[in-house]
Parts: sequence; C-alpha cells; structure tokens
Amino acid sequence: MKPDDPNIAWLEAPRLGLADRMYLPLFFEGLTTTSRHLIGPKMTVSFPEERPAVGNPLIYRGVHRLNKDEQGRVKCVACFLCATACPAHCIDIIGTESPWPDREKYPESFVIDELRCIYCGMCEEACPVDAIELTSLLDLTGRSREEMIFDKEKLLSVYDQTKDAEPMKSKSLGGTV
Amino acid sequence: MASWFVFLTQRALRFRRGRREDHTLVSRCCKGNAKNKKLCCMATVLVDGKEIVLPDGQKLNGIQVARLAGTDIPHYCWHPGLTVVASCRMCLCETGTRDPATGKVTMLPKLVPACQTPATDNTVFVTDSEKIRNARAMVEEDLLIDHPIDCPICDKAGECLLQDYHFEHGRDQRRADIRPFTSRRREMGDTVTLFVDRCVMCTRCVRFTREISGDAELMVINRGAHEEIDVFPGYPLDNKLSGNVVDLCPVGALGDKDFLYQQRVWFMKKHAGVCAGCSTGCSITIEENQDRVYRLKPRENPEINQWWMCDEGRYGYHHVHAEGRQTEPRRIVAGERVNVEWSAIPRELNKQLREAGRIAVAISPHLTVEEAYLLAAYARSIDADALLALGPVPVIGEDEKFKNGFTIHAEKCPNRRGVEEVLKHFTGGVMSFGDFANEVASGQVGSMWLSGGNKKSDWIDAATTEKLTAAKVIVVQDLFTSPAWEAATWQLPGAAFAEREGSYVNHANHVQSFTWAVRPPVGVWTEGQLLWRLLNRPGLYKARPVMQEIATTIDYFAAAAEEVPPTGVKLIAKKQIPASV
Repeated sequence: MKPDDPNIAWLEAPRLGLADRMYLPLFFEGLTTTSRHLIGPKMTVSFPEERPAVGNPLIYRGVHRLNKDEQGRVKCVACFLCATACPAHCIDIIGTESPWPDREKYPESFVIDELRCIYCGMCEEACPVDAIELTSLLDLTGRSREEMIFDKEKLLSVYDQTKDAEPMKSKSLGGTV
Repeated sequence: MASWFVFLTQRALRFRRGRREDHTLVSRCCKGNAKNKKLCCMATVLVDGKEIVLPDGQKLNGIQVARLAGTDIPHYCWHPGLTVVASCRMCLCETGTRDPATGKVTMLPKLVPACQTPATDNTVFVTDSEKIRNARAMVEEDLLIDHPIDCPICDKAGECLLQDYHFEHGRDQRRADIRPFTSRRREMGDTVTLFVDRCVMCTRCVRFTREISGDAELMVINRGAHEEIDVFPGYPLDNKLSGNVVDLCPVGALGDKDFLYQQRVWFMKKHAGVCAGCSTGCSITIEENQDRVYRLKPRENPEINQWWMCDEGRYGYHHVHAEGRQTEPRRIVAGERVNVEWSAIPRELNKQLREAGRIAVAISPHLTVEEAYLLAAYARSIDADALLALGPVPVIGEDEKFKNGFTIHAEKCPNRRGVEEVLKHFTGGVMSFGDFANEVASGQVGSMWLSGGNKKSDWIDAATTEKLTAAKVIVVQDLFTSPAWEAATWQLPGAAFAEREGSYVNHANHVQSFTWAVRPPVGVWTEGQLLWRLLNRPGLYKARPVMQEIATTIDYFAAAAEEVPPTGVKLIAKKQIPASV
C-alpha cells in the first residue's frame, strides 16, 4: 500500500490543552485506581505459602500418576498407546510378560520425562485401562534434569500421594474401574 | 472403550496401507503373437463389470482375478501358498456365467466363496453388493462374539486382518457382550505360543505344517464353537520352518516368542533385504525402530523362497546387537594397541599397506558383490600381483529339503557365488582359504587383509592364525573377536548384514540388491565405505553405481546393469549352472 492510497485516512493527533500538558488529569486517574485496589478485595495469593484453588481437578492437567488396581499392582498393561499418542515423545515404556496369572503384559519400566512433557493430556485420553492420569499437582520442581525424569516407582508414589484427595477419574467419567 | 478401538484400527489401516504389496500378476499371452491367439484359450472374466483377460493356462481364483481388477476381496483362510478350504466365508461374493453368444448373464442365487471359484472363461464376479456387505458383516460379528478385547496388548494390533476387516466391513455396533478381556495362552513349541481365544480358525497354520514343512504337528481339536488349535502331547511344534505359522496367522493367535512384547508394529519401519543365513538367500523384510532390528519376515519371491523363510534365518539377526560386538578401530603402534580415528584410517592404512610389499586379501563370502569388487580392486591398485582368495566358507551339516521343496543350505554364507565370480575376473580362478593360508605362511607376503562379517568367532582356528602371522601387517575387519582378530595389527570393526548395502548372489546365481536397514554401531564404517575412501573415490559410497561398473566389466553380472527388481534377477541361464552348485 502506497502513502497516497485513497483507502488510507490520515489523522492528526488532537492538540493538548493546558491541564493535559501538566499531566494532572491522568495523575489523579492513576491515584484513584491505586487507592481503590488498596481498599478492595485481594486477587493474589502468596504462593507457595498459600495454595491457589484448582477449579476442577478432574480436568486439570498437572503431574502424571500411574494408578494401581485393587491388589496394589500397576494398572498399566504396557500397550504403548500413550507413547503413541504423545506429541512430545516423552514416554518411554519397556513391556514384558507379567508375573501374574490374570494379566498378560505389564510395564517393566515406565518413564516420563516431565521436562519434555507439554501436559496436553493425550496420554490420559489414549489409555484403554485408565492407568495414566494427570493430577492437579501443579508445582513441579527439581534440582536436576535427572530428578525430573519420573520412573514407574515415582509415578506410582504420586498415585499414593494423591489418591485420597483425587480419586480415580475413571468412575466419574464412565471408564473402567 | 470404543475410542481406542477406533484409534487402533485407524492406526492399523494406516500401517497396512504402507505395507500393502503389489501383487500384480503379469498377463503374458501368446508372447504377443497374433497368430497364436486363436490357439490359446484366453479366458475373459468379468469382475464388477470390468473385463479381465487371462492368458492361457493361468489358473486363478476369484480373489486373484479381483486383485487384477484392482479390488481386494477380504479373506482369512485363503493363502496363495496353501490349499483352499473355503472355511472362513469372508470372501463370499456373487458369481454367475455370461453366455458368450447372447451376452446374457445368469447369476447363482447363493453367495459362493471367491477363493474356491475358478476364474474360467465367462465367469462373472460381483464383489460389492448389499447381500455381500451383509454377509461380510455377519462373518465379522460371528468372529467377534468370543474374541477377547485385548487389542492393546496384542502384538498383532496394527497389522491384524480382524481389525482391518472389522473396520472396513464390520457393523459399527457390537451386539455381543464385550467379553472376555483376556485370552488363554498355550505353548506350541520353543518359538511359537498360541493365544487360544484370539484364533479365528482359518487353519492356515495347520495346513502349513501339513503341506509345506511336512511335519503336521498342528491340528484342530474339538468341534463347532469349541474348536481350538493344538499339538499332540509330547510333539511340540519344533520344525525348522515353524516361525512361518506366525506370519500366516491373520490375527494375533500365534505369537512369535522371540518378538513377543518387544515392540508395537506401528513403530517399526520395514526395509526390503536379503537373508544372510545361508546360500538360499531368501527375500526378507527387515523391521527396525531407531536402528535396532526387531524381527525379520519373509518377503514374497516366487523364484527363491515363495512366502517362507526358515527359523535359523528368522532369528539369525541377534548377532547384530550382541554383546561383544567390536566398535573401536585399533592398531599396533610400537608394540601397543591404540585406538585410531576412522577419518585417519584411510591415509595411514594405505601408507602402511603400500610399504609392506606383496599384499594378500581373503574376501569373505559375507561381503556384498560390490564390496568384494572394491576390495579386490583396491588390492590390485596397490600391487598388480596381489594374492586374492575366497575367505572361509562356513558349512554346517547338510542341506535340508522340506516337503514343498524349500531348502535350507548347509553353506551358511550369503554370497560365495558372487565373490567367486569377482575373484575369477581378477585372478582367473578361485583360491581356497586353505591354500591362501599356506601361501601366506611361505613368507612371500608382506601384508594381509582378512575381511569378515562373521556371526561368531569360530570361523578361524589358532593353527590357521599361526600360519597367517607370517605377514607383517595384518588387517582384520570383523564383528567379533577371534584368534585372527587378536593377532591383527589393524583391528577394524565391520558391518553386519542389516547394515550393508549391495547385492548378494545366491547358490542358484540369482542376484538380489538391497540397501541398509539400520546404521552400524556408532561411528563404524561399513566395508564399502572404508574401501571407497581407500580407493580415493569422490563422494559417498553407493552400491548401485558400483554394480553398474561391475556389470560392464564382468560378463557374469551383465544382467544386473539395469536396476535389479525387488525379487532379483537370474544371472545365467539354468542349464549353464554347474551340477555341484
């Protein structure tokens, strides 16, 4: 588009009056906002001393956990569907024959790189046995990269940690028990 | 529940689309001679209104002729290599005859299995109608009544015909209970396991053991809905072709214990290759993920292995990733073994070989034709009088022939014929490894090169190695340590069969070309790459141009001048093959 294009309307900035040039109206406007917030209700929380409220933990996508069945065994059947669905390729599974007579396959190793994960929740959706779920744990910190690579034991311990506050989603969402 | 089933089947379809092979049957009729046309009774077959002309003597069934017309008729029990039983009822279609005089078509009132209907002159096939779609949906529903819903842990998921056909032809709703969730499992033998409830009773495996391998270990027990595949007590499935029943199984009932739960099929990439297990040279598919071979499968080749391969070849890839595989090139400097950079090898090795005097080279029958040619050419470029010989040819036991003619050869190397022909071109004859060792022991030789690719370390004994140490410079290129490797002044790691690029010539002078399927262990140069640098040729090593060069210089390889088709080409006419080969 050229400067002489008929579609361009050229505007002049309005000339400032005396009050405007002294910034007085804006100064008082700003001061009013500040004093209104001083008196009004607080919007922030002092994290981490105070915890923010998570709206609906069912749909929140935080740290992963591996669910356990009634006998305390890992629910996962090592089908690799989460690893297949994962867009970040952060899930690494080694499947093998299970030591239990009623189960055919189980994960010998199940590792999620929490730093590589983008918390999209596709793994949770792909899982045919509702073994992998995302919890509402949101503050994930670690001192090294290695610490942020969660193995099977760590993921199962997240389940133990969160199972009381957040029961398995599957029941309420109509999935397998 | 339904979402992951759809997810799996979609993935299965995508996977199958990629691997679906072209089964085009070439219609050759009357050798193009118009005069003969009356003599040969060409059959005209109508498939969905499309006219297909079959040449004289070609006996096809409905499924095959539909394939020619570009239509896939779903089927479980039919396999081109086995007898027809028409038991799965999946290929049901409408057939009829056309009156050649009036053109009037008379259809049969009932559906008939296409696999059992010969495509004779004026046969009419209809492969898609309301009636047929209904029949297929009913067959699918029937098969799924008791089929366990364990696709997520089934190794076949992704390449399962039951998944594919259910997606394409089945009903969208399941009326039966979604049960059971797991399948009973039973061992068939050391290599094969049976997931009893996943079976659709196509009996391909039973027919295979009766018709192809000939040992008839598998059978059907019970009747009706209680039918199961089983073995006789005390007679497990243990023939040397047993792995083929896993390939034949259209569903996940027969599982390969070697591959069980190792990898999901949709993660693997397939590469056309040639089995290096013996001199039969079966066409195979090498399936790998991230440079790790997970399984080998036979690839259809009517000239060599048809649809089969032996267990020895099928499980003969483990050495590729075995412990103890050599990956560091080393040389002896001032009495000490030191590591060498690959990039420095061509210059330094070349210098030492040129200074050492007469060179002797044993070309391993594990090398490709191209690598053998480059090695021979390199030796001759150093020394016009270079001693060239055939490396040790491993022979274990005797040839084993099966009921259908499939043969496992005792010669456990893929390319003796190819290397022999290269040697004949350079030296006029073929020197055996024994003569080679004696020649080296006589002390006339300054440097010696042993090429390898041997799967184990037992290819050479200490006594032979003793003879070979008469040479000053000893170059050994191999996968594993051996007496010769220990004696070498240059230890060069080499490539395994799945990492090579080139051509193998089998026992019957049939040449097949292939490219690499996986990359060698980190940093290792394949024989071809190293020789390419040693010969100071420009650019990167590619096997095809080398083969073209060979085809123009060696008469024997003339047929390989053009691009070699996936199933290979015959290098000389059958009658010229010496009786001993």
